[in-house]
Amino acid sequence: MTSFQAPAWSVPVLIAAFVIFIGLVIFYVIKSRGIRRPLFAMPYTAWVALFTVIPCLLIAYYAFTDAAGRFTLDNFKSFWDSDYEMNRELIEMGMDPAELGFGRGTVNVDTLVYSLWMALLCTVICLALGYPAAYIMADREFRLGATIVVLFIIPMWMNFLLRTIAWMSLLEDNGLINNFLASIGLPRLRLMYNSGAVLMGMIYNYLPFMVFPIYNVLNKMDLKYSEAAMDLGASPIKTFLKVTLPLSLPGVVSGITMVFMPSVTTFFIPRVLGGGNTEMFGDLIERTFLTANNWNVGSALSLIMMVLILLSLGLLRKVDPEGEGEGML
Amino acid sequence: MTKKLVCLALACLMALVSVSALAANYVNVFNWEDYISEEAIQLFEEEYKDLDLHVNYMNFTTNEDMMVQVRTSPGAFDVVVPSEYCVERMIKEGLIQELNYDLLPNAKKYTLPELLDPSYDPANAHSIPYMWGTLGILYNTELVDDEIDSWKWMFDEKYAGSVFMLDSIRDSMGMALKYLGYSMNTKDPKELTAAANLLIDQKARGIVKAYQVDETKDKMVNGEAALALVWSGDAEYAQELNDKLAYVIPQEGSNIWVDCFVIPSTARNVEYAHLFIDFMSRPEIAVLNVQEIGYSCPNQGAIELMGEEYTSNTTMNPPEEKVALCEYFNDIDEGSMKIYNALWGKVKNAK
Repeated sequence: MTSFQAPAWSVPVLIAAFVIFIGLVIFYVIKSRGIRRPLFAMPYTAWVALFTVIPCLLIAYYAFTDAAGRFTLDNFKSFWDSDYEMNRELIEMGMDPAELGFGRGTVNVDTLVYSLWMALLCTVICLALGYPAAYIMADREFRLGATIVVLFIIPMWMNFLLRTIAWMSLLEDNGLINNFLASIGLPRLRLMYNSGAVLMGMIYNYLPFMVFPIYNVLNKMDLKYSEAAMDLGASPIKTFLKVTLPLSLPGVVSGITMVFMPSVTTFFIPRVLGGGNTEMFGDLIERTFLTANNWNVGSALSLIMMVLILLSLGLLRKVDPEGEGEGML
Repeated sequence: MTKKLVCLALACLMALVSVSALAANYVNVFNWEDYISEEAIQLFEEEYKDLDLHVNYMNFTTNEDMMVQVRTSPGAFDVVVPSEYCVERMIKEGLIQELNYDLLPNAKKYTLPELLDPSYDPANAHSIPYMWGTLGILYNTELVDDEIDSWKWMFDEKYAGSVFMLDSIRDSMGMALKYLGYSMNTKDPKELTAAANLLIDQKARGIVKAYQVDETKDKMVNGEAALALVWSGDAEYAQELNDKLAYVIPQEGSNIWVDCFVIPSTARNVEYAHLFIDFMSRPEIAVLNVQEIGYSCPNQGAIELMGEEYTSNTTMNPPEEKVALCEYFNDIDEGSMKIYNALWGKVKNAK
């Protein structure tokens, strides 16, 4: 277990980047003969470059190199075959992996499939729960709408780790729910330490990210469209299906994006509510980095995750090219 | 003009501060967070007032972090408190120096004989124990009617769905290895595979309720499970809150860990470092630290001072013959660690 050390060239590169940045600023000021408005975008640009672009490049660097810094594709082989490094080690020790019962290890791929499946379930359920909620909240004749919006926001003031841990004391075998059931003479239920509890924790945490974009779009929608449809004789159901729903699609799309992305990369929730019995891809990446101390394979796993998310974003962009729904958050 | 004056005044002030810092003598102690009694530090500074000796206490959270710091900041630390497998690694890397026992009369006199001359540091040439503990089973006597004396109960269908494991590779694998009669430090892939298969089978039969680390002690207090794999420090914490809990080191043997005082080879104040270590080894000071932290005490003098209260507590003070069954973790090389990690991934994701 060697601990992480940044590659030796990282310090000069950072210094060079800083010098280039200052140079660019000076060049810009001289060229435009004074301080112009676009200059104020520079700090943000530098911020993004330093804390988003460079880390992404570092991830790519680690994903394509081995511990000694040489180019390699082995890290991606390790994704496909989670036993790849172990088997190589066994062969080096003069043993046959097959004799010990090892072939291709499917842990990483299985975890990815499981994560995608859980994220899909979570997104679908959030949509089914969130759309009606947003629709009712946005209804101008429903007076409690604004109150419910606030009720949705207040829990988000609390840290999500804390809220997830709070669920634990509800769902435990000796938790509040089970103690209540026992006190009225009903049998105790196995509510925690399984996938169902993990899914519930995810839905609980991500539901507001589905509700708000949809609410946002519905709330801003011009009532004249649906009134016109009604005036022309459309039934309320037809009005909803032909007018309101299509107009709210941008909100739905961004809601799906906002829920699906964090769902796929979920970690911590499986550990707390699932009792660490099944890992999700986020846990796998964390374990690869921190426990296995393998920054190269961990980076490859992160890169695969990033590519998957980019792909799904690209697909969604086709449905909502303007990204209209992404207002409120 | 006023600005310049202010600047000058500030510069003078800063110079003064740094000069006074140079005048005082410091022991730079690098230790785990909350891992010493504040009172002990104060008493140390009082004792050596005439040397104008102060303790500069710095924290780390993992052994691996600490190693990086010691490697990359030579001269920054005079006393460090690594765990035993890291002592082994630091000796290998030449990061720590030999102790001068002429300067450590208390440490030599009071350390428990069973902790002396350990495998990780023969003859204690480089390290002296500060705190120690064991790995064992914490069980709830209300939910368990068997006599828990063996690891086999952690695999028994009778307690299906009521066993907490540690989400920690070396400890959980170590337990399986010990149950199978192997060493916790084995590098034999066949033995490791057998241990992993045992854990996969344990999970497949629905015996494991959860793999966790920090949550276990509070959940055991609440009676969430019958049996749990725990470290003795956590067991002691849980037992204080729930007297139905009992802790045992199984007869097959287990793990023993020791956090030690060492002096880095690059230490600037070697003499003061020895003063500090020896002061902390005085029985009355060791008592302060043990009572603050709640782990097992390696100091015979301190144990005598604490008397019945400590000696009757078998969690903190396990019988000598049980300790003799325990093994230290050896440092494991990177190749074997790859095998460990792949096997652990299989365990964690078994259905």
